Amino acid sequence: MLKCRAVWRKLAPLARSASTQCRHNVKTALNNGRRQAFVPATHMSTGPAGGGGSENTLYVVLVGAACLGGGAYAYMTVRGDSKRYEERISELASRSAKEAPESQPPVAPEPEEAAPTSEESAPVAELSGETESASEPVAEVPPEAVEEAPPVVEEAPPEPQAEVLEALPAVVESAAEEPVTEAPPAAEPETVQEAPTEPAVTSLPESAPAPEPVSAPLTLPSHAPYLLIGGGTASFAAARSIRARDPGAKVLIVTDEPNLPYMRPPLSKELWFSDDPSVTETLRFKQWNGKERSIYFQPSSFYVKPEELTSAENGGVAVLTGKKVIQMDVRGNKVKLDDDTEISYDKCLIGTGGVPRNLQVIEKAGDEVMNRTTLFRKIEDFKSLDNVSRNVKSITIIGGGFLGSELACALGRRSSETGLEVIQMFPEKGNMGKVLPEYLSNWTTEKVKKEGVRIVPEALVKSVAFKEDKLEILLKDGRQVKTDHIVAAVGLEPNVDLAKSAGLEVDSDFGGYRVNAELQARSNIWVAGDAACFYDIRLGRRRVEHHDHAVVSGRLAGENMTGANKPYWHQSMFWSDLGPDVGYEAIGIVDSSLPTVGVFAKATSKDTPKAATEQSGTGIRSESETEATAVTPVASSTPAPVMEHKDEYGKGVIFYLRDKVVVGIILWNVFNRMPIARKIIKDGEEHADLNEVAKLFNIHED
Amino acid sequence: MSYCRQEGKDRIIFVTKEDHESPSNAELVADDPNDPYDEQGLILPNGDINWNCPCLGGMASGPCGSQFKEAFSCFHYSKEEVKGSDCIDHFRNMQECMQKYPDLYPQEEEKETKTQTEVVPDQDSSPPSSVSDSDVLSHSSSPTDSQRAS
Repeated sequence: MLKCRAVWRKLAPLARSASTQCRHNVKTALNNGRRQAFVPATHMSTGPAGGGGSENTLYVVLVGAACLGGGAYAYMTVRGDSKRYEERISELASRSAKEAPESQPPVAPEPEEAAPTSEESAPVAELSGETESASEPVAEVPPEAVEEAPPVVEEAPPEPQAEVLEALPAVVESAAEEPVTEAPPAAEPETVQEAPTEPAVTSLPESAPAPEPVSAPLTLPSHAPYLLIGGGTASFAAARSIRARDPGAKVLIVTDEPNLPYMRPPLSKELWFSDDPSVTETLRFKQWNGKERSIYFQPSSFYVKPEELTSAENGGVAVLTGKKVIQMDVRGNKVKLDDDTEISYDKCLIGTGGVPRNLQVIEKAGDEVMNRTTLFRKIEDFKSLDNVSRNVKSITIIGGGFLGSELACALGRRSSETGLEVIQMFPEKGNMGKVLPEYLSNWTTEKVKKEGVRIVPEALVKSVAFKEDKLEILLKDGRQVKTDHIVAAVGLEPNVDLAKSAGLEVDSDFGGYRVNAELQARSNIWVAGDAACFYDIRLGRRRVEHHDHAVVSGRLAGENMTGANKPYWHQSMFWSDLGPDVGYEAIGIVDSSLPTVGVFAKATSKDTPKAATEQSGTGIRSESETEATAVTPVASSTPAPVMEHKDEYGKGVIFYLRDKVVVGIILWNVFNRMPIARKIIKDGEEHADLNEVAKLFNIHED
Repeated sequence: MSYCRQEGKDRIIFVTKEDHESPSNAELVADDPNDPYDEQGLILPNGDINWNCPCLGGMASGPCGSQFKEAFSCFHYSKEEVKGSDCIDHFRNMQECMQKYPDLYPQEEEKETKTQTEVVPDQDSSPPSSVSDSDVLSHSSSPTDSQRAS
């Protein structure tokens, strides 16, 4: 082929000049011909018999040669390319077959380790048939092809028995389909047989009489039709959605955590209230109604192993743990993991969530302080904090939002048993100061104090130092707090590590990947959960860091990945429990800087989170939403006395307004009414009298 | 009588039971049952089954998902007098599959899904409302299904 090219190159200039010359000649010839106009047209001026004679002949010959040369060149190129392709494919195939025998020894049990690897292509390939009477009944055979008679059997020269023998029926490259057997050391040349080898059945629990060639199914998938980056709530919800809508879908979840997908809310609530001392291992918790469940969405039997995903008949969901996606190639539709493997995809979801923020003063304070600081998010953080809480005398939580307050209440509860000092400090005036209107925030703070927490409000941390075996937190106004351990619950930094390599847009206002109302970032890429800054048709662009939002957005992303093209419309909710007496559910934009209208009634003892779940017979309050139509309410056994609360905010509903339209609602100690709240937000209407709207909630009833 | 208080930008109203006795005059926009954006219930407007309904939990997406879908579809479209009597094979397949995953499908559920086939459920958009189903669903569904199936 190259020769051809070289020849062509040499000819080309000659041909070109010749052809231009010839064309010129032809033109003149033609013109001459035309001038002779209506001469009998049967004569062709370029024909050998025609005008121009030898020049034309030369022209024809040269052009013909050029065409032939070009055609030959093209043909050779195509042939050569396809030949190269074939060679490459066969090389790859042989390489993977070579790998298979390599992986056999570790996979198959080896009662007698004959030799390190099966790579050795000994010039002597001895194959010994296994006879029942063989003294060493070890013939290690790969599970894939047990009973196939290897086509190539060679007589072995007599070899010392003691020699550790490695047997390869043939050089693997040449025949990728052969099984690999390790000859027992005691094999004798005479016993070489061409009969199919009897596997040492006892030593190989895995042997299956499959006649297929060794195809190495034990490698991780290099392609996943649906690739979900991140193994949290959003990814799991998406996986479920995809499987429901695309029968036989193969979904691969890649997570850098070692755990299967789990839910986060119990890590700061229910798990702390468990009576089980082994809760950090089992991660099971008892719901209010006594039903126990694990924080894992599904046990491991639900999932398919990643290696088996591609061949799974009905598809499935596989979780690849301990691997981080570090780069994304959007044009090539593939990602690269931290171990340099690449996985290509058809549709991809980014559900990378976020990383807890830390205070700069703590980061700069040095290792002694950092080692005594917990950033709480994952299972391992729960385990470590649980351990710490049993071994120190004082814990300080920095942060007054959902996580901080919930952890403070959880630890505060524990403090009554162990004498642990629990301190919570935050810049706001009261707990949930950025969420609840001031009067309610103050009321909540009093409740948190009752849980055993020492509250330090309006606290701005100036510095943290490790002195005399204690952490000294110095506040800007001069106050000082001495403690043993710090939990920093100061927000979440959305994980947008892939934005750069993928070329995805990051939102500067809210953080996170910027996606449209359908949660799409690019054609085949969706983002859901904490990391998604999405356009909410009703409420505007936002980013939401709640569990139910991860579920709703993950589900929606899964639907859209299977062709639904639906925008974010079903509003997600969130909830919080601060001790057994205070619980609320909320929906929409709940920002304390907005004007609010709160409608309250007096609470009875029936209006607590505990009572609500007992009545509906469900565990986590989020369940009762689903089950509301399905379960008949259980009448409470004793009539509840009306409890007099000193403060007035027993139960009620609070509306958050933006331009006179309700954009957020909190149901305060009022449960199972979220659908009404959702409806009001969905309508987006201006209501003249919010008291009338509040009537819809029947706050006085249970 | 209701009592009102203003604290800065926040308004607080206290109401007694009597205050809220009269029906509300707040106007809500009528829902369009065919709104494609809205969350669908178990049965879609065109009569198909919504496999992604939160009420189904993980049934349609787990390892026995395809068997479940076959069985339930057969049941849904069954025109027999005893609904689903022509679907016994599908249900048996499903049961066999489920028995392979006892920690996903606890054994007592088989009896309940079986009883479900003997009960004629509503054809409208409410989820299968027999009590046994809520047990079936709450096992695998709960934390990811915070929305009511409407």
